[in-house]
Amino acid sequence: MINLLQIHTPVPKDIPLPLPLPEWLLVILLVFSFLLHIIFISLMVGGSIVTLWAEIKGLKDKRFDFFANEVAKTITVNKSIAVVLGIAPLLSIGTLYTMYFYSANALTGFAWIMIIPLVTIAFLLTYLHKYTWYTLKDSKRIHIAIMAVSVLIFLFIPLIFLTNVNLMMFPEKWGAVHGFISALLLPNVFPRYLEFMGSCVAVTGIFIVWYNGRKNYPVEEIYQQTFSRTELKKTGYSIALLGLALQIIFGVVVLFSLPAKGVSFDVIAVMAGAGFLLAVALWYTYRTLTGAPEKIDLYFKRIVTLMLVYMVFYGSSRQMYRNHALSKHQALMAARSAEFEKLSKEAADHPVQEQQQLAPDPALGSVAKGAALFQTNCSGCHRKDEKLVGPPMTEMVTIYKDNINGLEAWIKKPGKRRPDFPQMPTLTQLSDADRQELAKYILSIK
Amino acid sequence: MDFPMFHLDWLNDRFLIAAVAILHVCINHGLAVGFIPYITWLEQKGVASAAKNQITDPEWDNLVYKKMKVAFIITTTLGAMTGVGIWFSVVLVSPASIGSLIRVFYWAWFIEWLVFCTEVILILIYFLTWKSANKSFKSKIRHIRFGWFLSVFSWITMAIIVSILGFMMDPGNWNTNHSLLNGFSNPIYIPQLLFRTPTAMLLGGVFGMTLTTIFARKEAELKQRAVKYAGQWILAWTPLVLAGAVFYWHVMPAAMKDNLSVAVGSIQFQQYYDILKYFIIGIGSLSVVLAVFAVWKPRRIGFRYVIVPCLLVFGFLGIFERVREFIRKPYVIGGYMYSNLLRKQDYPLYKRDGILKYATYTSVTEVTADNKLEAGKMVFINACSRCHTTNGINSIVEVFENIYGKGKPLEEKSMESYIPNMHNGRTFMPPYPGNQKELEALVAYIKHLQQTGEHLEGAQTEGVSINPQWDEDHVAESAEKNNEQQEKKLAHNP
Repeated sequence: MINLLQIHTPVPKDIPLPLPLPEWLLVILLVFSFLLHIIFISLMVGGSIVTLWAEIKGLKDKRFDFFANEVAKTITVNKSIAVVLGIAPLLSIGTLYTMYFYSANALTGFAWIMIIPLVTIAFLLTYLHKYTWYTLKDSKRIHIAIMAVSVLIFLFIPLIFLTNVNLMMFPEKWGAVHGFISALLLPNVFPRYLEFMGSCVAVTGIFIVWYNGRKNYPVEEIYQQTFSRTELKKTGYSIALLGLALQIIFGVVVLFSLPAKGVSFDVIAVMAGAGFLLAVALWYTYRTLTGAPEKIDLYFKRIVTLMLVYMVFYGSSRQMYRNHALSKHQALMAARSAEFEKLSKEAADHPVQEQQQLAPDPALGSVAKGAALFQTNCSGCHRKDEKLVGPPMTEMVTIYKDNINGLEAWIKKPGKRRPDFPQMPTLTQLSDADRQELAKYILSIK
Repeated sequence: MDFPMFHLDWLNDRFLIAAVAILHVCINHGLAVGFIPYITWLEQKGVASAAKNQITDPEWDNLVYKKMKVAFIITTTLGAMTGVGIWFSVVLVSPASIGSLIRVFYWAWFIEWLVFCTEVILILIYFLTWKSANKSFKSKIRHIRFGWFLSVFSWITMAIIVSILGFMMDPGNWNTNHSLLNGFSNPIYIPQLLFRTPTAMLLGGVFGMTLTTIFARKEAELKQRAVKYAGQWILAWTPLVLAGAVFYWHVMPAAMKDNLSVAVGSIQFQQYYDILKYFIIGIGSLSVVLAVFAVWKPRRIGFRYVIVPCLLVFGFLGIFERVREFIRKPYVIGGYMYSNLLRKQDYPLYKRDGILKYATYTSVTEVTADNKLEAGKMVFINACSRCHTTNGINSIVEVFENIYGKGKPLEEKSMESYIPNMHNGRTFMPPYPGNQKELEALVAYIKHLQQTGEHLEGAQTEGVSINPQWDEDHVAESAEKNNEQQEKKLAHNP
């Protein structure tokens, strides 16, 4: 009884081809290309959240309306870069973890493929929002609603990705998963999601500081004296402060809710180290906000560096975790694959059926070869004296009785004669000699 | 077999890939490769026809800008996402084949990715600097030059991708020579490129004319001029499309005969091939008529006249892609993996022991009288479901009814003798992989489908049943046993 209820952990056969690169190099490519991708994803998601917030705030305070417009302009550019940068990590994770990632994709298939239309819609909405800024200035509610829908979609998509990268690490759960929702509810998805949202807001805040600090960016002209450069930078820092705080809080939750399977001291050490870097960044951000306005740029470089190093640390700890979680399973998979290759080779070296089929039956004398050919190539559709797919052999004999060449010609290039029969396909695998043997056999039927 | 089987039982799995891919190719060809040179050409016309004291004709420039804006928005949303969508859908439907391909062609795709990144950034620059480039004559000229540069770059992107598609259709070489250069040396590479290039230009021109009739409908003079230019553009490229198509059409069967054992003679292929022929003739003459009319009587051309040719020209490209895809069958990776995702070299083992024994995801491993229908269902999922549905598009019941007669009860004995031989007559079909008992189970299941109209859910809703034989503990045990045996062997003959 217990055995029946037990959910098995599948060990599939691996793709029986070597990796295109040494594993460590693929891991480096995966981690770094993913970081690049995720920076722009953060700017896209965080940017649209900030735009929505600022535009709503702008209903009462006009300054924030200008601000929302400026941030909105960056989303459509960042999103294009984000998408195209996503291809390399997708390619790399598929190469490194083919059996795990693709299995998770299939198990959450509907949600996985829905990413394509959903993101397309969200992108179209961001353009609509951007290009109707002035035409819809008297219908602000509608204009804000457009952004709100796009933000909702952007908030949902990371859940699908996180569910997949989480599910791939737990083959023992695959048998219990029935669609996306059940995979979404596996432990650790939501804490990681909230941590990621904090990170989106933090990265966007720092981006806003940089964006407004560029020398050739005409702040006075755009904001018509309502916002000064320093005030804009302060807004950016405030956003970053909030994001960093959220990130640290949920980061701690992630750390404590990590399923034990892949945890080890080095994973915890690297993750905690990453968390410490964030805490320092938070402290510098706080110092900037409470410090003198002329010192607004003092810690900028430090904060950016801390956040980038954090990302490398955190990304690496994730990779280490994945590695620990899967290494035992990967070894089993390799064992099963090797065993299968051996069996497959043995069977290929001693095939059973195929030879029997073609071996002519000596009892049939001169038509034995034709009979064997008929068995393999024609018997699926033709019987001796009943109609199957094509007409029975006895009918062929009536038509081609004294015309063996005609029968050969027909087999070589069949046509369509009867309305109630499908056309016979050309059998390209037959040689002229084969056709001759076949025709001889068919006409020998009585 | 080794992946949970995602399955769309009405729409058909292949249809999902085809829909996404064809949409992507249409956008790539019609709105990028063929459209950007057309737009740059028009942008240049604006500068050439400007009054002495102006950098460009502002009304004209604005019309061209608006057209580019549409292409820009569509390519960076639907175009980009369908590009990613090809990956997403192929991963779901055909994980074993794409998993194998990326292990061999990782670098090819990595290079393609770099080219893509560059192209996206160039398109962003071209479109987003349009208005600011209008400030001086010098910067406008630079912008136009940049447009030509982008045009060449988009074309190179296409040329590389056609090669990447080419290697997948160069079957003989898969097992021996894993190199991207195979794609370029594929005998249909040059004809394909010679056909795709002018077709893209034609698509760009027709799409451009359609946009003109929308954006300039109220400005008669402007519209007349733009329609006329589009007519000239189409007239210039149509002969090349026809020449390219005829070249391709003649080269393909010969190339395929040498390359693939496939189906040049198969009925289905012949049908697609014939449709393509009529489409080539039809689209060629339609484009000429439209273009001549546009040059001769530009004032008469309105949205109503252009939209139908526009849709047909894009449809033509769709049919072409369908034919191109078909010649790959019965393989998904030529000579190596069949379209049911089973490796050719594993067939003897499956034929001997059955496929269910080795399937990771199946509820039945040994066919018995009691589990026959369930076993048949498992064989169907593992061997047929990549291309066939139960009762939807390309339904398994329908294909058998086409052979044995609509609505007639299927006859099990006939099917059992037909299926193991079907690949001889229908060369686009992979051979049947399993053993005799599984064949009987499969036939019983198909007959059951005909009687009940039952549906089959994929792993994305149903989840998976795991073959207990390939459970973690079981595999660990047998791996240990193997190790012990090996150690014993070593101990005996040191």
